[in-house]
Amino acid sequence: MSRDLGLPISHRQRLWLYCLGGLVLLFLIAPSIIIVIMSFSDSTLLQFPPQQWSLRWYQAYFGSLEWRDATIVSVKVAVMTVLMATPLGTAAAYAINRGTLRFNGTINALLTASLIVPVILIGIGTFFLYARIGLNNTLTGLVIAHTVQALPLVVLTVLSGLRSYDMDQERVARSLGAGRVAAFWQVTMPQIRFSIVSGALFAFITSFDEVVVSLFISGGETTTLTRRMFNALRDQIDPTIAAISTCLIVLSVVLLSVAQIFGRRH
Amino acid sequence: MSAQPALMEEIGSAAGRELNTQGLHADARRESLRLLALLSPSLLLVFAIIIVPIGWLFWLSLFDEAGGFSAANYARFFEQASYIKTFITTFKVAFIVTGACVLLGYPLAYMLSQLPRRAASICLIFVILPFWTSVLVRTYAWLVILQRKGLINSWLIDLGIISQPLSLANNFSGVVIGMTHILLPFLVLPLYASMKTIDTDCLRAGMNLGAGPTATFRQIFFPLSLPGLASGVVIVFVLCLGFFVTPALMGGGKVIMWAMRMEQTTSLYSNWGAGAALGVVLLVVTLALLGLFQWLLGARATGVWSSR
Repeated sequence: MSRDLGLPISHRQRLWLYCLGGLVLLFLIAPSIIIVIMSFSDSTLLQFPPQQWSLRWYQAYFGSLEWRDATIVSVKVAVMTVLMATPLGTAAAYAINRGTLRFNGTINALLTASLIVPVILIGIGTFFLYARIGLNNTLTGLVIAHTVQALPLVVLTVLSGLRSYDMDQERVARSLGAGRVAAFWQVTMPQIRFSIVSGALFAFITSFDEVVVSLFISGGETTTLTRRMFNALRDQIDPTIAAISTCLIVLSVVLLSVAQIFGRRH
Repeated sequence: MSAQPALMEEIGSAAGRELNTQGLHADARRESLRLLALLSPSLLLVFAIIIVPIGWLFWLSLFDEAGGFSAANYARFFEQASYIKTFITTFKVAFIVTGACVLLGYPLAYMLSQLPRRAASICLIFVILPFWTSVLVRTYAWLVILQRKGLINSWLIDLGIISQPLSLANNFSGVVIGMTHILLPFLVLPLYASMKTIDTDCLRAGMNLGAGPTATFRQIFFPLSLPGLASGVVIVFVLCLGFFVTPALMGGGKVIMWAMRMEQTTSLYSNWGAGAALGVVLLVVTLALLGLFQWLLGARATGVWSSR
């Protein structure tokens, strides 16, 4: 009996479903696992399973000035994007959560626009705009563009945190004499901080993994890691990218775990 | 809030009430201004980076190469065979990938919704982790797996199933496999979320009335899961239409999709009018599909990002 549903269907009768579902899960996760294992191969042929193990592709990654510079650019941009998108998105979520503004629906649609507008159009449009105001190939330009893409994720995450929080607590604090800022900082903020941290982590991954817009607006000294990877992949399948990919996968795992741990405590 | 009518009665006189209403209105207005101030930096950024460039591109698309006002950039789509081919390829990929996502995603979401909570949350990690792994990393993985001397080919040859390597990457099938893998979580997550809200009492009632497991699924569970499925289908289809990275890297230059066409037209040929027109049509089709969906089901397809 499947107890949690109380339906008279046994798990054994469902075996085919579990097999099918398991295969789909395997399809989802296998490519990442294969890349991680292959990155430790000694051969340039990317055999699987590898005949001999080595760290040569990691040495190639960390030893290359070009890859290192690109990584530093990506980290810088991602950190600055987090610092921009998190406060802006939190403030916006706070205002939307009130629900008292007349154009709340429109505002919501505008803030989540970057999730809906095809990213290629954002890339071309941003490049076109930046060409006029000289922001192409600059860190500032990258941070602004990435912030716009990360904003909706911060807004949606913080909004879901605010929805499960009772705004009356802030009103009580204010009626007891706390100013608006103090009431938010001391009463609301501690209770939604896990959502804010999750939003910040999502902003970081969004910026760090962003490809299409960076392809258009970054270059020269501000070439991001993903742009360099994309260009390298257009030419040939360089095993160094397996090592970089592994680092990116590990980064995603770490950030998601942190978000998960914060979420559970919340 | 409930104290206010009593307070106003206490104030009594009409003049006092009037004064009070005015005060409340002024307060509400000040409050609105403060909220707008909180929103304005975000709105300004979105306006500058998304609305302004798109408006500008739309304006550009209305002029031909000589600078005259014309619909030439749009007429081209119906006249030139290469554009028609791009659209056909794009829709073909979108339909096949969406279909594959439904075939793979429905059983998975169904299984997740039936598993005990602990097991389901462990399995969900395998859906969410790829969702948050770079598209580039996953495309690279499929390139490695599917290439001529790649994993699949060498295994199939070792097993003696084939003698010549199959061409799986750098063509249509590579694009479809890679995109299905990348977009599958976008279907599974909203579908799973909506399946979780299906009231098991309905299923139990059906079984009490004599329906077997298959009939219960077909007549009760499946219809109730359709809104969730629809939102997943719409979001996957729309993302397919504008997909760039995977077809660019795995298409081997033979599978030209909409977004690649835009990139080539603007970067390679510097024909901004034509590229902008492609972008405008892509945006209109995307918004029309999402709008149609919202109108039919009264739900927002962007829910996938909050159902992680």
